[in-house]
Order: sequence, then C-alpha cells, then structure tokens
Amino acid sequence: MNKTLNPKAWYFVIPVFALVAFNAVVPLMTVVNYSFQETFGSNVFQWEGTRWFKEILHSERFHASLGRQFIFTFIILLIQLPLGIAIALTMPKKGWGVPVCLILMSMPLLIPWNVVGAMWNIFALPDIGFLGNSLNSIGFDYNFTQQSGDAWFTTILMDVWHWTSLVVLLSYAGLNSIQPAYYQAAEIDGASRWDIFRYIELPKMKKVLTLAILLRFMDSFMIYTEPFVLTGGGPGNATNFLSLDLVKMALGQFDLGPAAAMSLIYFLIVLLMCWVFYSLMMKDEGRT
Amino acid sequence: MSLELKNVEKKVGIETHIYSTNLKLKKNTINVLLGSTLAGKTTLMQIMAGLDKPTSGEIWFNGENVTGKEVQKRNCSMVYQQFINYPNFSVFENIASPLKITGVKPDEIKQRVGKVAELLKLSPMLNKKPDELSGGQQQRTALARALVKDSDLILLDEPLANLDFKLREELREELPKLFEDRDCIVVYATTEPLDALMIGGNTATLLEGNVIQYGKTLDVYSKPENLISAKVFSDPPMNIAEISKSGEIFKIKENSVQWKSNVKIKDGNYKIGIRPHNITTYKEGNNSVEINGKVLISELSGSESLIHFTNGKLNWVSLSNGIQQKNIGEDTKLFMNIDEFLYFDANNRLVTNG
Repeated sequence: MNKTLNPKAWYFVIPVFALVAFNAVVPLMTVVNYSFQETFGSNVFQWEGTRWFKEILHSERFHASLGRQFIFTFIILLIQLPLGIAIALTMPKKGWGVPVCLILMSMPLLIPWNVVGAMWNIFALPDIGFLGNSLNSIGFDYNFTQQSGDAWFTTILMDVWHWTSLVVLLSYAGLNSIQPAYYQAAEIDGASRWDIFRYIELPKMKKVLTLAILLRFMDSFMIYTEPFVLTGGGPGNATNFLSLDLVKMALGQFDLGPAAAMSLIYFLIVLLMCWVFYSLMMKDEGRT
Repeated sequence: MSLELKNVEKKVGIETHIYSTNLKLKKNTINVLLGSTLAGKTTLMQIMAGLDKPTSGEIWFNGENVTGKEVQKRNCSMVYQQFINYPNFSVFENIASPLKITGVKPDEIKQRVGKVAELLKLSPMLNKKPDELSGGQQQRTALARALVKDSDLILLDEPLANLDFKLREELREELPKLFEDRDCIVVYATTEPLDALMIGGNTATLLEGNVIQYGKTLDVYSKPENLISAKVFSDPPMNIAEISKSGEIFKIKENSVQWKSNVKIKDGNYKIGIRPHNITTYKEGNNSVEINGKVLISELSGSESLIHFTNGKLNWVSLSNGIQQKNIGEDTKLFMNIDEFLYFDANNRLVTNG
C-alpha cells in the first residue's frame, strides 16, 4: 500500500503535544529537578544526588503514612466491593425503580469532594452533628476529632458513602449485560441462587469488577480532599495518609527536596500498581 | 409419553402473545415450530418447559397435568440461540453440570459425559473453557449439556441462528441423528423453512401467536391447509395470484397468462400459490406454461439464481438451478410448472395441490 506523505498532519499533532508537554511533562520535570537538589531562596540550588530519596525511603514518617494508606485502601476495597455487588444484585432490573435507583446511586458521586468532607465533618461533630450526637446519646464515647479509632471509622464511613455507588453502578451494568437465557438455563439445570451468583453472575462481572477494583484502588490510594476537610490528618497523625503527608511536607514545612522525592516515589508506587492491574486484566484478554 | 397443550393462551398486559392453542406432541418425535420472529415460538417453548405460565389453559405431560409445575421439577433441557454455557467451567464441567446437581455418581458422570462428548465431537476439548472455543463448539457444548441429562423434553430455540453458514449446515445435518434413538420429545424452533425440511419430523407453522397447522413436515409443506401456512413455509416468499377457471381454461386475473389444465375443481375464482422453485428459466415437468417477465433484480445464492420479475401487477420471485445471468430491466421468458400449483378458495383454504 502506498502511503501519502503529508507533513501537514503534524500541525494537528503539535498543539496536543505542546499541551501535554505543558501540563504533564514540564511540571513532572520540575519535581524531578527539585528531588535531586537542595533549594534555597532566590533560586539558589545545590546538587544533592539521591540523598532525598534515601532519606524518604528510610524515614519512619513515610513508612507510617504509607502503611496507613495501604490499610485504608485495603479496608475500603474490602467493604465497598462486596457491598457494591450486594446492592447491585438487589436493584430492580425493570420498571420505575430503575431510574430512581440509578439517580439515588449517582448522587454521592456528583457531590464535590470537599463538600463531602465538610458535610461529614459537620454530620459527625460530637456535640451538634447528627451522627456524632446520636452515637453519644446512645452511649458511645464518640469523638472523631480526639480519638483515632473514631477518626478512622468516620473517614471509612464517609468513603464508603461517597464511593460505593461507583462499584454499584459498574456491577449493575455488568449484571444487566447477562442475557436472560443464562438464568433460564441455570433454572432448568436446577441451580440454586448461590450457584447462579457464583457460576454465572460473578464470572460474567469479572471485567467490570476488575475495573472497579482498579478505580477504587487508585482513588482511595490518592485520597486527599475528603480527609483533609474531615480530619486534616488528625488526631495527631492518625489519619495522615500519603497525600496529606506529602502536602504537609511540601507546603507546610517547605521541604521541597524531600517532598519532591516523596512525590516521585508515590507516583512510582501508583504506576506500579497500575501496571500490575493492567497486566492482570490483559492476561485474560489475550486468551480469547 | 406425550406433551399436550390444551387451550393454552398467553397474554402479557393487553397484548396476546399466544392465542388459544391446542397441540399434541407424541413420544420420540422431532417437532419444528416454524414462524418468523415474534410468531410466538419462544413463548410457546417457555410454556412447554415451565419457565413461563400460560394465562389460561393446561399443559399435560404423560397424562399428568403439569401446568404451573416448576421447571426444576420437570425433566427438560433447553438450548438457546445464544451459546449459553457456564463461563468459568471447562467443557467437561459444563456438560457434567446438570448431572452434578441431580447427584449422579462421579464414575457415571465421567462415562456419560464422555459418551455425549464423543457424539458431538467435543472429546479433544473437554478441558477447555467455553471462550476458548469456536461458536460451533460452544453450541455443541450447550447441546451436549442438554443431551447428557436424558430429558423427557428437549427444547431447541433457534440453536443454529448465531452460527455461520458452514457450521450451521454441518450441525443441521447432525441434529436429527442425535435425537434418533432417544426416548424423548424434541421441539425445535426456527425461522427458516429449509431447517424444517431438513430436520423432518413434524412441523407446526406459526403466525402472530397462532398455530396455523400442525402435521408431518412434508405434508404441511406439500398440502398446506391454507394460504397463511403456505406462506410461512416458503422461502423465498410464495408467489400468489388470483385466477379464474372456466372449463379447462385457467387464467391469471392480473395479466392475461392462461393455460389449460384438467385439475378437477369447480369453475370460479381462486388464488394460486406457486413456490419460487416452480418458476424457472427452463422447462421443468411435463406441463409448463410460459410467462414473460421484466427482471427487477437477479441474484445468485450458491448454485441457484433468484430472479425477481414483474408481469403486469404481479411482482414475483423465481428460483432456478445454476447460474442464470439476467440484466435488470431485461425482458425474459420463464416457465411455471403447473403441476405444482396450490389452489386456494376465497377463504384462503386449500382446494387442491394440483
């Protein structure tokens, strides 16, 4: 086949290229730049090599926030996936209930993240918040601003409220794509409700669930806004997740070098997890 | 063993999906439900299986009223147009699944699955998953699942519709053999008259929720009770014209084509139905009548030629063997085999088949 050579095509590519360079490559390179140097005022820099990276990797503070982050993400996935699937299974498949459920389910997803944080902050206040006040009045000693367990509980509850819908919507889409004939065939075989779930619905939802895990992992791993507004990482450092810690280091203490190194390590962890998920998904794709 | 539908009717909301139907299917028969989409084939099958309840009427199986009896408690199996298998089971596990649920011993499962797999040429892929198989193999797996159970009733809902041409031909030939020595009733739904002819057995023609005619496939084909049944059982569509008969002279009203025949019917007006393959570009049979036509479309289908043509107000299709090249707009001579004409009266009932 003869390809026509037309350099004009580049004119269409260059703007995009410039845009991507401007909003992704340039800032990233700035961060890379900071991570290898000590920064003083008035644009004075001093080469530090890999010092900041070593420091971060050996820092207990980083280990602690990374650990918190993994625990948080793990708990989130553990709750949201089964809960999301369970809700999707109970949602109606036809009739007026469908739009009602879909709208109700999408609501939390449409609320700006800092509003979610603020809402839950007020909702959970031990003296005037509905949740906090109710818990205290029925005998729980609940105060999320002072007790780390309560802070974790509230943060997790907030995230479950905010994001389970995403899993629900994805699972619901997956369930709806199963042809009715599958259910009939299973019925004829005499399969139980559990069999149908285990051997038809779950395998058929595999793809959307992988996607749900990926999205929920990424989002919860990079969570910032909601806990920032809700707890600010407190009490103490109890809910100080990676991104919160990073911002504190960069903008609170103005340790640009270590913060830049931490950003890159954070970025690499996310990238690595992305790659792991991607290859897991592609492994199945390649088989067919 | 027999399956009997007595005045079965199915309504959904204000729509009637099946009008009052009586049908008696006998032991060891293959029964084809022939009709276009929305004719009610699937609904009828679901009622037979017990997946769906009739609004009124009764279903009797082996002399027992099974209306409303749950599908799990009946011994039937079904194959669908889509290839329905358990996605994460191997072919072996898929075929074995109905046996496992009923608690058959592992040794027996192995033996029975092996036998059915052999029959359906699945033995080499017993360890594969359905999505590693071709469409034809997936459907064979679904068929194997239906056969392994030794059901009393096997329902096949357009099982070949999603297969490509060659696989369809292949499986269509095998199907009747698969059911030959089985002690069961097979019901096969299809939109294609050719399927019915190749499968044989009995055929019920369906139109818009009505069973038009039920009988031996060849009888239904050659002696359709009425024009509707004849139309359902004809692909390409049947050619129809109004004629008048007086003495030995038969004359098509829409144009002036006429012929002599000694078909013994009273003088008067009739409708004739002519299957496309009885109008050909060459003389066939002992009594053929010439008809002129202007070619509308000429298309090849395998080793056959379809010529759509007009003559006066008539808009007909002819089907000839071999490759017959015609140009659009060309005037051409065709021959009708008058021995194969179907004659219908004013109420569209068959008077004689020539």
